[in-house]
Amino acid sequence: MASALVAEVARRLARRARWRPFEYAFWLAALASVFLLPGRHLILTEIAWLALFALSLDLILGYAGIISLGHAAFFGLGSYVAALLAKHGRGSDLTRLMVTLGVALIMREIANQIPDITGGADGLQGVVVAPILGVFHFDIFGHVSYAYCLIVLFVLFLLARRVVYSPFGLSLRAVKGNALRASSIGISVNARLVAIYTFAAFYAGVAGALLAQTTAFASLDVFSFERSADLLLVLIIGGTGYLYGGLIGAVIFKLMQDWIANLTPQYWQFWIGLVLVLIVLVGRDRVGLWTGGVRALAERLTRRLAPGAAPVPVPPGEGH
Amino acid sequence: MLTILFDGIAYGMLLFVLACGLSVTLGLMNFVNLAHGSFAMAGGYITLVLVNRAGLPFFAGLPIAFVATALIGALFERTLYVHVYSRSHLDQVLFTIGLVFMSVAAVDYVMGSQQVFIQIPSVLQGRFEIFGVGVGRYRLLIIVICGLLTVALQLILSSTRFGSRLRASVDDPRVARGLGINVNAVFSLTFAVGSGLAGLGGALGAEILGLDPTFPLKYMVYFLIVVTVGGTSSITGPFAASLLIGIADVAGKYYVPKFGAFVIYTIMIIVLILRPQGLFARAAGK
Repeated sequence: MASALVAEVARRLARRARWRPFEYAFWLAALASVFLLPGRHLILTEIAWLALFALSLDLILGYAGIISLGHAAFFGLGSYVAALLAKHGRGSDLTRLMVTLGVALIMREIANQIPDITGGADGLQGVVVAPILGVFHFDIFGHVSYAYCLIVLFVLFLLARRVVYSPFGLSLRAVKGNALRASSIGISVNARLVAIYTFAAFYAGVAGALLAQTTAFASLDVFSFERSADLLLVLIIGGTGYLYGGLIGAVIFKLMQDWIANLTPQYWQFWIGLVLVLIVLVGRDRVGLWTGGVRALAERLTRRLAPGAAPVPVPPGEGH
Repeated sequence: MLTILFDGIAYGMLLFVLACGLSVTLGLMNFVNLAHGSFAMAGGYITLVLVNRAGLPFFAGLPIAFVATALIGALFERTLYVHVYSRSHLDQVLFTIGLVFMSVAAVDYVMGSQQVFIQIPSVLQGRFEIFGVGVGRYRLLIIVICGLLTVALQLILSSTRFGSRLRASVDDPRVARGLGINVNAVFSLTFAVGSGLAGLGGALGAEILGLDPTFPLKYMVYFLIVVTVGGTSSITGPFAASLLIGIADVAGKYYVPKFGAFVIYTIMIIVLILRPQGLFARAAGK
């Protein structure tokens, strides 16, 4: 009886985790961009690491429901403090917001205070990056770096996908839905939150390293508040809680930023702000609907192509 | 030593006037308003235009800054903020960050990106000594004005009808509504006054804090620190927190300049880890 139940749960989990056609399409398009858009590789590289950053934030926000404003600084120390806070486990949203922000600012101060290592406010220039595997040199057109970023992104995405569709990922969703109930059915809420924070911090760390490698430049800008706010915007455009939100959001955000920056080089921030305000006023759910529409279409196609296996619908992305 | 204490108190008082509106709106509507600094900046630039360009005396500029910022605050509250109260904290954060970005770029466009100073009358410049303690005249003025404001706010809160309505609304908005208090009207008025105070603080603080388009981004963190450390249930909490932060920041920058802003961030994180509801929060949570 119990083994039948276990088998049933395993079967359902496996079905949830099955690759859907639009996912194949997405990655095929990404692969095609390597060969078809050689002139746009520089911006595509930026999109790739931004997507990785956003993916990392999505793991925290979309799957564990924690607002983080200090995300850009989550290298180690951030996850440590967050873990401490989660352990004491009483903070409100605002408290979490301030602690994450405070950690980001402290990281920035640390980087600012040790100019021997970080170059201070000038940043680190002339980072010499060894060729990948000793074979592929980074070129100024960004061909190699784009392929490199894309591969790293893809591998880490697979890993994240595996984690999210595992029983562990399901338990995270339960925690996000209702922490009290989750703990009453035997999920240790704090341990799960610490784990996903640490996992996401690793992703943010890799994204930061990619940035430094591909631009051969590291500066305090990565710790800045605006950077964290940008990340939130990326994720909001794409929608939270289904992993592709960060990737799609990064594509749209970068193209939009590029376009606006061409129109008004100095004041692009104004339009970014306007977009944020409008998104909230219109309602994030309604903005997220268009991705929902794409997903629903994908589901229908899946059903038509494989009539035997009715897919379990993906719940709409919502971040609270 | 005492001079540092004096400067720290002046700085703390200024922070309090800037942040107390934020603390009340947060406590009352549980609304995270990151754009509070934008109102302070508005007050600063209004005074700048009035004093430097129109030639008004400095002391006439201050009340105008207060009234004008309060009006702007009321306008924004009625037209924009009112739609966001019932949303999640994430929405509120996004919305107000958007407003901050817009205000930064708009001021940059209109006034230019360089740091500006308001001309203060010569009476207020320089410093004098009392019992060996160096006292900056301008800082003394700040302490006097902010001290008077604090006393006035405390009196309004504790002994007027509006004050008791406000306290009732902060304690429990639902019960307050049930008793016939128009919580929304109370909130609008409080928001306007809070914005006005921020504007006044921005005008007063331009000399000490500096005034440029990135003001809201730079000082937003300080305001939030004051509010989170002080708690949102009264104004004595934020007041004590402001003084603590002000003195710690000035002393930290003087004694251990290498660590810069470290001191206050560390204080904040330690306080929040030990007491997530703030230093002076009452035991009964909402």
